Amino acid sequence: MSALLEATGLTLRFGAVTALDDVAVSIWPGEVVAIVGESGSGKSTLLRVLSGLAGPEAGTVLYRDPDGTVHSLLDMPEASLRRLHRSDWGFVHQNPRDGLRMGISAGGNIGERLMAAGSRHYGAIRAAAAEWLARVEIDPARIDALPRTFSGGMQQRLQIARTLVTHPRLVFMDEPTGGLDVSVQARLLDLIRALVADLGLAVLLVTHDIAAARLLAHRIVVMRRGQVVEQGLTDRVLDDPQHEYTQLLTTSVLSA
Amino acid sequence: MTTATGYNFGYLDENTKRMIRRALLKAVAIPGHQVPFGSREMPLPYGWGTGGIQVTASVIGPSDTLKVIDQGADDTTNAVSIRRFFAKVAGVATTERTTDATIIQTRHRVPETPLREGQILVYQVPMPEPLFKLEPRVAETRRMHALADYGPMHVKLYEDIARTGHIAISYNYPVMVGGRYLMSPSPIPSFDNPKLDRMAALQLFGAGREKRIYAVPPYTAVKSLDFEDHPFRPIRADATCALCGSRESYLDEVVTDDAGGRMFVCSDTDYCNTRQAAREAAE
Amino acid sequence: MAYVAVKGGERAIDAAHAWLAEARRGDASVPELSLAQVEQQLGLAVDRVMAEGACHDRGLAALAIKQARGDLIEAAFLLRAYRTTLPRFAASLPVDTNAMLLRRRISATYKDLPGGQVLGPTFDYTHRLLDFALAAESLPAAAPEVTRAAEPAPRVTGILAQEGLMKPETISEAEPADLTREPLAFPADRSLRLQALARGDEGFLLGLGYSTQRGYGNAHPFVGELRVGEIAVEIVPPELGFAINIGEITVTECQMVNQFAGSKTEPPQFTRGYGLCFGHGERKAMAMALVDRALRAKELGEEVEAPAQQEEFVLFHCDNVEATGFVEHLKLPHYVDFQNELEKVREIRASAFKDAAE
Repeated sequence: MSALLEATGLTLRFGAVTALDDVAVSIWPGEVVAIVGESGSGKSTLLRVLSGLAGPEAGTVLYRDPDGTVHSLLDMPEASLRRLHRSDWGFVHQNPRDGLRMGISAGGNIGERLMAAGSRHYGAIRAAAAEWLARVEIDPARIDALPRTFSGGMQQRLQIARTLVTHPRLVFMDEPTGGLDVSVQARLLDLIRALVADLGLAVLLVTHDIAAARLLAHRIVVMRRGQVVEQGLTDRVLDDPQHEYTQLLTTSVLSA
Repeated sequence: MTTATGYNFGYLDENTKRMIRRALLKAVAIPGHQVPFGSREMPLPYGWGTGGIQVTASVIGPSDTLKVIDQGADDTTNAVSIRRFFAKVAGVATTERTTDATIIQTRHRVPETPLREGQILVYQVPMPEPLFKLEPRVAETRRMHALADYGPMHVKLYEDIARTGHIAISYNYPVMVGGRYLMSPSPIPSFDNPKLDRMAALQLFGAGREKRIYAVPPYTAVKSLDFEDHPFRPIRADATCALCGSRESYLDEVVTDDAGGRMFVCSDTDYCNTRQAAREAAE
Repeated sequence: MAYVAVKGGERAIDAAHAWLAEARRGDASVPELSLAQVEQQLGLAVDRVMAEGACHDRGLAALAIKQARGDLIEAAFLLRAYRTTLPRFAASLPVDTNAMLLRRRISATYKDLPGGQVLGPTFDYTHRLLDFALAAESLPAAAPEVTRAAEPAPRVTGILAQEGLMKPETISEAEPADLTREPLAFPADRSLRLQALARGDEGFLLGLGYSTQRGYGNAHPFVGELRVGEIAVEIVPPELGFAINIGEITVTECQMVNQFAGSKTEPPQFTRGYGLCFGHGERKAMAMALVDRALRAKELGEEVEAPAQQEEFVLFHCDNVEATGFVEHLKLPHYVDFQNELEKVREIRASAFKDAAE
């Protein structure tokens, strides 16, 4: 298997509602895949299943680790999954408060994954934190400030720094620009694009914002009512949508 | 066997002692790991040493000699109370000399006199969970220990240094046992932490109210958490014992008047008395 | 809050009261409980009722306990209700616990200190073994007596303050809000919070205080000092213009010393939690001090996360007379509102089944 993550046949129902209906999706190293759809399409549920935070009723999710060994996510013990989330994977939450420790300083937030991975030199941890703050365009002088003194956009950038400090190969992002105003969104998207390019990250990005998908993603997966209705290269899907739902989506968006 | 007072030897019934011993065996097999046990209501209140008492009651035998200290002293009210309790329900010999004891039950201190193989040190523990201030939910801390997920504790130390330049923990300073489990050494002053490392005696920890037991077998590595560039440093008052002249032991501060007058004396009364007697003998 | 008797035959209620009076008396061949016996031999119950009834009168508290058949919250309620009938003719000067005639005084923070560790009459070091000798009547052996010269016993918090280690309290000359006259208003200042806690339910405060020790809020506090003894109550009658002593009462005062805070700009200091109650009530004074400190979280720049730190949660629910009133009011007839619920549930279920059938 050459893909980083490969999922097939994913199905999940919540009572009468079908959240996922025989969904298949893969992601290769260094590529950005956007999962788009309106609310209720199942895209957030898909992200949770792909990252091991929820279990499907049917289907498989295979993951290839840095050594090349393929693991089945659903059979993975909790310890390994947690270790994965702290090292090779990252998860950026829509609301930065869900992905940050609000009572811990910015430096502590970034340093936590390093310390969890065994880093024991205070000076080195602090230097790495300062470097990452600069990288996500937060003034390193704010290293001891608490996240609640940051604006929403800054909190989100801090969350990204916290997630990327251990150089994960795969990052899941759940509506990272949701709740931010338009100019802040644009800046954040630019930052993400630069980081993805610099670090060769693979990103699974859930968004309802077609423009963000066009800006960041190599490939796009369109979901509606739990099903994948269309997927392919971003420009192709958005410029020449085949499925009527995709056509509806693209025509209701002002082109960037 | 029953004593004259009508209680079973050591107060607890034999099944309870067996249950506690099983917990102790598990604890010794997994150094630093907290083992839940069915703590019983004792005639002393929860928080006053019931865990330590239950552990002592389960390991004590008629040939043992028991020493009980609180804050390092044998004559503090709670130490007196507990010693009397065992004298009554176990009829064992008691002593104030650390060297003569086979079992030492302690609250908040490790004796200054180094312990030997064959001795048992029983610690009274109020809060067995080293992570409780960061995460009060027991279900979550159990998971953290199982997965060796101790990042938050290191983050706390980082925050202390970032805020004040120092790690801000004084007593109950967390330690790594056998390189695997994060453990609370009980509210001993951090000064005493180095004594736990590779101690020749068996160390047993009992938390009655929280209902957990843990242990450090003899000669086990016990390391206080720190950073390479902010290493752990034990602290004590920079003073000399006014009674025996020790500059090494942990000292109690005694306020002598309301104008700021103070003096310092050894917290470990047996150690201090022994030194004083030796000094007098030499004169 | 008093509820007017709702529906129910008056005869039924009279019969219930008569039965209650019989139940209260119990077996007539057993000697009747005297108020003096309650006041003398159940003294700690009397103290608790005075504290939660917010009214200092040992005789009345003893009567309330007898009338309430030993239900201490019911007794506190009786005392509170009686309090409403009393006119207020003065406010006392702040009591000076520094001048307390000490019966008991301990500090956990120092091994020894001026004034000494005076144990007093305490359960602390007893073994909790039922003492069957108490089933019979007897006179205890006289406790050893010793006369000591009165020694000054400076406050432990004062000793720490001399070194600059205690964070100073904000002194205010403003008239404190009076909880007995006006309702609680938020944000509540410290004096209002302390008033509410002083009359708060011992069990509720105990649980909250306990929670702060277990990680839901503050770190481990120390008993800087616990004092039990007699203090003078003084008023300044306007006709005289100077203070007169109108009597002495026993109070319990606890000062908790909490771990240092400190930030980049402020060096660490110890912070205080304060508890004070009528009579000999150590558990209450200590729990009150723990909760007082927890409620200072916001003022001290700490995260407000735990229940004990949330002032509305704590202050609205700590008054057991209010609490029992509202909890027990659920026993009153509610069948009109319930009927409404019944009909609504039937209606919704009916349409759900109808939809399913279609």
